[in-house]
Amino acid sequence: MKRAAPQENAGLIAPAKARSELMVWEALNIALDQALAADDAVFIMGEDVGLYGGSYRVTQGLYAKYGEWRVRDTPISENSFTGLGVGAALVGGRPVIEIMTVNFALLALDAIINMAAKLRYMSGGKLRVPLVVRMPGGVARQLAAQHSQRLEHTLMNVPGLRIVAPGTAQDSYWQLTQAVRDDDPIIVLEHELLYFKKGPFDIHAEAPPMHGAAVRRAGAHVTLIAWHRMVDVCLQAADKLASEDDIAAEVIDLRSLKPIDLPLLTASLKKTHRAIVVEEDCKFAGAGAEIVAALQEAAFYELDAPIARVAGADVPTPYNGDLEAASIPDADAVTLAVRRMVGAREE
Amino acid sequence: MQRDLVKQLLYDMLLARRFEEAAAEQYTQGKVAGFLHLYPGEEAVAVGSLRAAEPGDYVVSTYREHVHALMRDVPPGAVMAEMFGRATGCSGGYGGSMHLFSAEHRFLGGYAIVGETFPVAIGAGYWLAMNRSPDVVLCFFGEGAANQGTFHESLNMAALWKLPVLFICENNHYQIGTEVHRQAAVVEVYKRGCGNGVPGRRVDGMDVLAVHQAARDALEQVRGGNGPFLLECDTYRFRGHSMADGGAYRSALEVAELKARDPLLNLRNRALENGWLNEEDIEALHQKAHGVVEEAIRFAGQSPAPDDLYQGVYRRPLDLYAGRP
Repeated sequence: MKRAAPQENAGLIAPAKARSELMVWEALNIALDQALAADDAVFIMGEDVGLYGGSYRVTQGLYAKYGEWRVRDTPISENSFTGLGVGAALVGGRPVIEIMTVNFALLALDAIINMAAKLRYMSGGKLRVPLVVRMPGGVARQLAAQHSQRLEHTLMNVPGLRIVAPGTAQDSYWQLTQAVRDDDPIIVLEHELLYFKKGPFDIHAEAPPMHGAAVRRAGAHVTLIAWHRMVDVCLQAADKLASEDDIAAEVIDLRSLKPIDLPLLTASLKKTHRAIVVEEDCKFAGAGAEIVAALQEAAFYELDAPIARVAGADVPTPYNGDLEAASIPDADAVTLAVRRMVGAREE
Repeated sequence: MQRDLVKQLLYDMLLARRFEEAAAEQYTQGKVAGFLHLYPGEEAVAVGSLRAAEPGDYVVSTYREHVHALMRDVPPGAVMAEMFGRATGCSGGYGGSMHLFSAEHRFLGGYAIVGETFPVAIGAGYWLAMNRSPDVVLCFFGEGAANQGTFHESLNMAALWKLPVLFICENNHYQIGTEVHRQAAVVEVYKRGCGNGVPGRRVDGMDVLAVHQAARDALEQVRGGNGPFLLECDTYRFRGHSMADGGAYRSALEVAELKARDPLLNLRNRALENGWLNEEDIEALHQKAHGVVEEAIRFAGQSPAPDDLYQGVYRRPLDLYAGRP
């Protein structure tokens, strides 16, 4: 079996450096580098996070810089190394567990749901679990059904967990940094197609609240609510709607899935009176269902139309590229939904 | 020296037995609810091994863990109050019989999903090893838990990184109603550890002095930086799996045979034969244990109930719809 020469391993080259524009993986890498440097209690654990440098390069250079006890390559044992993080967190550690993709997190749900989320409560508030579990999900490129899942809905229904979903380099840096410093178990949901997306970056900018949403584009006619890659899809749709239909869509990046920034969403709705949740998650009992329900409870009388969902098809993700594309929303699907809702133009 | 140790171990087992019998009585009176798993028959395992541990060591246990908590000096009143669901319980009334915790006693629980103790234990062990601490972790589990993936996953990591964890198997031969030969191809659990690089041995779990000596030896090895060890204690539970279990899967003869090997009787008889203790000494220990348990019940009964539904879900109260914290 061929082995890579040591110098070819990303774990042994230097970590990323801050620049005015960074890719998402670089921003996460800088956040982890700073967290390890700032606090000896922080350690990273996961499959290929060490010598190899991370499947998406997020841990590049950290193995060489901090050593194997703080950047630990694990066996393929998701339930036990995530549970290990729980145990270490109980006694003073601040572990950052990387699960290579959310698909493998299904094997770690006992550690996440039965232990991490419940231990503070079950102990009468006497134990704490300062644990971060990072995991990328979403539909990538023809990885087929077992590697193209979204678990937002499953994790959102677990009391005790908090969930952030950064979709930009800047948010990735901010929210991962905030998560590592927090004393609650926090899931950092990443997206496989966003790691190599570039965006503006300012390491000195003041971080907004960890669970706050952000308006990415202001508009008066309809509110588009999304997170991760669907924010970019909504922004494309908003461009098209502005140029072709004179419709001004407001695009909100939710940034956090638990808790959700309902006040910001209702404020937008009071302006636009129309809303569509755009999600990659399957529609049935997906994350969008919670957002729609919360919004209509809070702002029903502001609505000029039922809140709509543009969501993933309720199918296991197919391998075939065209079918795969058809299984998740794109800018055309969002544009069409807005046109129908606003009544400006039908197909 | 031997007399003092025997006296301590016999008292501990008498306390454990009386505490569990009292818990059963309180359950039938409706004071204790939920699932209640009792320890009679297995006392020598928790008592013998935990009296060999140091105060700085961490302990991780299962849902049959009242006695483990008592042996870590969690006050009996706090354990009983937890079963009563009271605010003075060691988990504030939020955990119950299966979820006892006490950070100050380094007692990490109290896990009701079979096989969870392994990852928690290696997590604490990883932290200790990373910080070059002299403390170790004692991880209790039943033989049924050796059939879970976490057993093999965690023992592999413990051996791979030489983590300071003593795995202690309470092999009571039944995973609820399924006898060990009907659930495992290899019925000696210590042999299943070897395949993951964890050395082990089997000891008579009905003999508290044997367990104590074996645990001392094993702890010395683990504390010395030699990596994990698996101590399998061959034991038996006299009652059903829980209060809901009538135990129809075991013959009366089998139970009677094992009751003849009662660890309390075993030590009592040896103490008398060897002149370590006399009848009066033993009666005094009985009386003391009864008194402590009576006081625990009185304390639990007089304690207030918890009244904050949301306390401890998060580090501070969190409105899931308010955003922006």
